[in-house]
Amino acid sequence: MNSLNHEAPIYEDAFGIGWLDFNLSNVLMMFVASLIVFILGVAATRNMKRYPKGFQNFMEWLIDFIKGIIGSNMDWRTGRLFLPLGLTLFAYIFVANMLGVVTNGVVGHTLWWKSPTADPGITLTLATLVVVLSHYYGVKLRGGKEYAKGFVRPLPFLLPFKIIEEFSNTLTLGLRLYGNIYAGEILLSLLVGLATTGFGGFIGAAVPMVAWMGFSTFIGFIQAFIFVMLTMVYMSHKVSEDH
Amino acid sequence: MQGFAANLVLGAEGGLLIGDMIVQLVFFLGLLALLGKFAWGPLMKMMKDREDYVANEINTAEKSREEAHRMQREASDELKATRQDAQKIIEDARKTAGEQERDILDSARAEAERLKESARQEIEQEKEKAVQALKDQVAGMSVMIASKVIEKELSEKDQEALINQYINEAGEKR
Repeated sequence: MNSLNHEAPIYEDAFGIGWLDFNLSNVLMMFVASLIVFILGVAATRNMKRYPKGFQNFMEWLIDFIKGIIGSNMDWRTGRLFLPLGLTLFAYIFVANMLGVVTNGVVGHTLWWKSPTADPGITLTLATLVVVLSHYYGVKLRGGKEYAKGFVRPLPFLLPFKIIEEFSNTLTLGLRLYGNIYAGEILLSLLVGLATTGFGGFIGAAVPMVAWMGFSTFIGFIQAFIFVMLTMVYMSHKVSEDH
Repeated sequence: MQGFAANLVLGAEGGLLIGDMIVQLVFFLGLLALLGKFAWGPLMKMMKDREDYVANEINTAEKSREEAHRMQREASDELKATRQDAQKIIEDARKTAGEQERDILDSARAEAERLKESARQEIEQEKEKAVQALKDQVAGMSVMIASKVIEKELSEKDQEALINQYINEAGEKR
């Protein structure tokens, strides 16, 4: 539906600047996702005990999970640096993915409530941030010379491919996430459209809808995991000695 | 004006809006900073604390175990020494008792000997005394008997003869 006849609440030419447009729905959802992650994060880490209980256990499991992802890509002495980034990325992307699975909210003909990650601009921003950070840490941890040498290793003629790789990495990282979540939302809204056609449509849509929501939850988790995993892969390409 | 990629297929919903990108960047970096400060930091510190605590506890337990082992060994040594001491004391006491017993027996025997001896001496003395007394009595009685016999049975004729004999003897000697 959102791809069919619903519109995005676009706010154009903000502050009189010609190129500065906002999709207010995205802004809202980014805010909601950030808020949820922040509240969960803070709530989980109040009243921490040496003997973990309940929610603290879950957060510690999450930390171990991200630690595992990082550990499979680089040694822990360097990887420790990226733990907060990995955690935040994972939590934010997962929550953002889930927001669109739970429900899509339409006010009038305007789509307000959806996954912020179902927008290519947002996922590409995250991807760009990750790749830029990987370059930053590459220079910071290994020095400019080693960083530059990384582009001509193992053979100098690979230089153009290496440069193209950086852009393709960014694109694939961002668009993979966007594509998965966007596709999920389209299918969900199609099913909602079917459900609203009448009683028969409702019955027909209910079962696939439940199934698809379950699948979308799975996809949301997997995509968050893949995003963090690839982040760490790109990081390790830049910061590890043996690459 | 729409975003620059508004006409791309993937921008079907409004495309790549610069504003969204900036907001996303700001939100994400803000979230990263805030969570780092309020959530991950304390959580990781707690996990590190626990790790240290557990390691520390294990160390302490190890040390206590060794200490206990050492003390146990000491105690058992002590016990062994004490047992030996006790054995020695009992042995000594037994020996002393034996000696005392022998002493007592000896002294008792000596005492008995002494008593016997003194009794014998006394008996001897008494015997001698008795013999003496008997002798005296016999002598007295002899004299008495003699005097009585002499008084009664010395006839005139015998007296005469005796006197003559004395006179003769006295004369001869001179």
